[in-house]
Amino acid sequence: MEKRIITNKKQFDIKSFFLQWEWMLVLIFILINIMNANFSPYYLNTNNLLNATMAFLDKAFIVLPMAFVIIMGDIDISVGSTVALSAVVMAVLYNAGLPMGLAMMICLLVGATCGFINGFLITKYKELSAVIVTLATMTIYRGIAYVILENQASGGFPMWFSYLGWGYVGKIPFMLIAFAICAVIYGLLLHKTTFGRRVFAIGNNDTASRFSGVEVDKIKIIVFTLAGLMASVTALFLTSRMGSTRPNVAMGYELDVIAMVVLGGVSTAGGKGRMIGTILSIFIIGFLRYGLGLINTSAQVLLIIIGMLLIFSVMIPNIKFKKRKKAKEA
Amino acid sequence: MLKRNIQNMMKAENISKFRELGLLVFIIILTVAVQIRNPRFLTVSNLTNMITNTAILSILAVGMMLVIITRGIDLSIGATLALSGMISALTVSANPDMHPILVILIGILVGTVCGLIVGVLVGKAGILPIIASLGMMNVFRGLTFMVSGGSWVSAHQMPDSFQSISTSKVMGINTLVFIAIVIYIIFYYFINHTRTGRQIYAVGSNPDSAKISGINIDKILIMVYGIMGSLAGLSGVLWVSKFASAQGDTAMGYELNVIAACVLGGVSIAGGSGKISGIILGSLLLGILHNALPLLLISPFWQQAIQGFIILGAVLINVLVKRNAERKNLVRRNI
Repeated sequence: MEKRIITNKKQFDIKSFFLQWEWMLVLIFILINIMNANFSPYYLNTNNLLNATMAFLDKAFIVLPMAFVIIMGDIDISVGSTVALSAVVMAVLYNAGLPMGLAMMICLLVGATCGFINGFLITKYKELSAVIVTLATMTIYRGIAYVILENQASGGFPMWFSYLGWGYVGKIPFMLIAFAICAVIYGLLLHKTTFGRRVFAIGNNDTASRFSGVEVDKIKIIVFTLAGLMASVTALFLTSRMGSTRPNVAMGYELDVIAMVVLGGVSTAGGKGRMIGTILSIFIIGFLRYGLGLINTSAQVLLIIIGMLLIFSVMIPNIKFKKRKKAKEA
Repeated sequence: MLKRNIQNMMKAENISKFRELGLLVFIIILTVAVQIRNPRFLTVSNLTNMITNTAILSILAVGMMLVIITRGIDLSIGATLALSGMISALTVSANPDMHPILVILIGILVGTVCGLIVGVLVGKAGILPIIASLGMMNVFRGLTFMVSGGSWVSAHQMPDSFQSISTSKVMGINTLVFIAIVIYIIFYYFINHTRTGRQIYAVGSNPDSAKISGINIDKILIMVYGIMGSLAGLSGVLWVSKFASAQGDTAMGYELNVIAACVLGGVSIAGGSGKISGIILGSLLLGILHNALPLLLISPFWQQAIQGFIILGAVLINVLVKRNAERKNLVRRNI
């Protein structure tokens, strides 16, 4: 396992500055845009591009806390189900006569509770890996959503609610602005606060951080709660865009989200990663989808491409690391 | 010191027996409860039906147990099952005269290739099993849609010889159940009485010492995922033959049921432990639940939630029993 020494200031080195994964992402991003522009004459159009962001930004909200979760060396595969459950609860409560604002608050509360339960179980029963706990809660949350709404759709929200997913501020989609604000908050939280440094510390060495006085359990619970909370934020935007909700919404979101985080250079072994890479990879996958959609690529081919992208983005750093290890041993 | 170690080992043995006994008792209580509510439960036709339905799940659970013993997890098996089922269904609908055994072999071949790919990614490239199998799940699922062009292969396109795989009988037992029994016998021998089988446990309980004692970990990992894939391929053919239709979204999310069967059967997610007898009981419990809930007139929408709670309950009880045993061991050491 790679150990990283946490220092306050790093020496600036031109070579290592440009050898970072983030520059690779920038390169991929530019390549995708060139490719898309060649595919379709309609691609390079500011309005189209801004509109296109609205199609993929809903799940981007979960990507931010998921980066925290993976940096801690954990994983959360229940987020898709959390989206479904909180959306379903909101829709049912609104249709039962609650004011929309209150229903939205409860939606956020449900999401945060789901996340808190994950975090609580993972810290209380340390023998269980996050994979198995969130696998179980994934089934439970989705199951409860089915119990509540069976296989019906629920909708009929007030007009102003659709502003969340479809509205503009000037020419910029409201969703993009909301995402930008969240991204800045989470970026600062990860890189500029003690909390963020502790998340890295836990990812590097759980036991050592516990002995150096980091409240590991508390931080884990907070991070998982944030993941649940942001899943319910996604539920708000997704429901607003679709106009109604069903228990089977957001199926497979966990995969997309994990793919984005891992492509963004966050190591699945924990302790490594940066917010800027994660955000770049959201736009890479989003624009790739949009561009391939413009030339009528089928959803199945997209599935394959995203799966491959996930595998390769994990494999490349692994191979580099293995080579270095071999060189060291030799 | 040695004596105490042996005592501890015996203690651990007792606990695992207790677990299985507990599971058995739970199954019996459940059976009696369901029987009281609905007397149609314990009839020959319903029981045969239930066991036939559980056969595929229990075949997959064998492979998943091996994977989990090595501290891994394979989320791609639902997609592998769909892909091999689809390819064999397409082959058999193009050549109706093909012998069913040949079709099964094709399915196994497709599945093995899929499994080996995941195995190489996990073993050679060192990708976390959950990420590797999650990625390949997408790829296999996409390929399933692509080879079929998005359409279904339905019953009238399949020859009777193919559909009869799941309805015929071998030695008075339904073929599906027969295949499952054969697989259980083979794997019981394999993991308990062969060197390679024991090495799987060694890799799972302590990878570092396994490596030092000269076990080729990469090879074992690739083999385990290969076995998982081939069993998924076999199940794919059986599945398509049983339901007489191959679809792009066949067995979507089925991997969760399989993992649940393993976890219920006492296979530890931390790796290194798991028994064939345990997963038989685990699969049986899930089978009974699937069969009993409709008989008890419980809405099908409750099924998923109930299943989730049972998985969570099973892993939590597992942890608590283990903690209790460790605490007792500590107390004994003080004396």
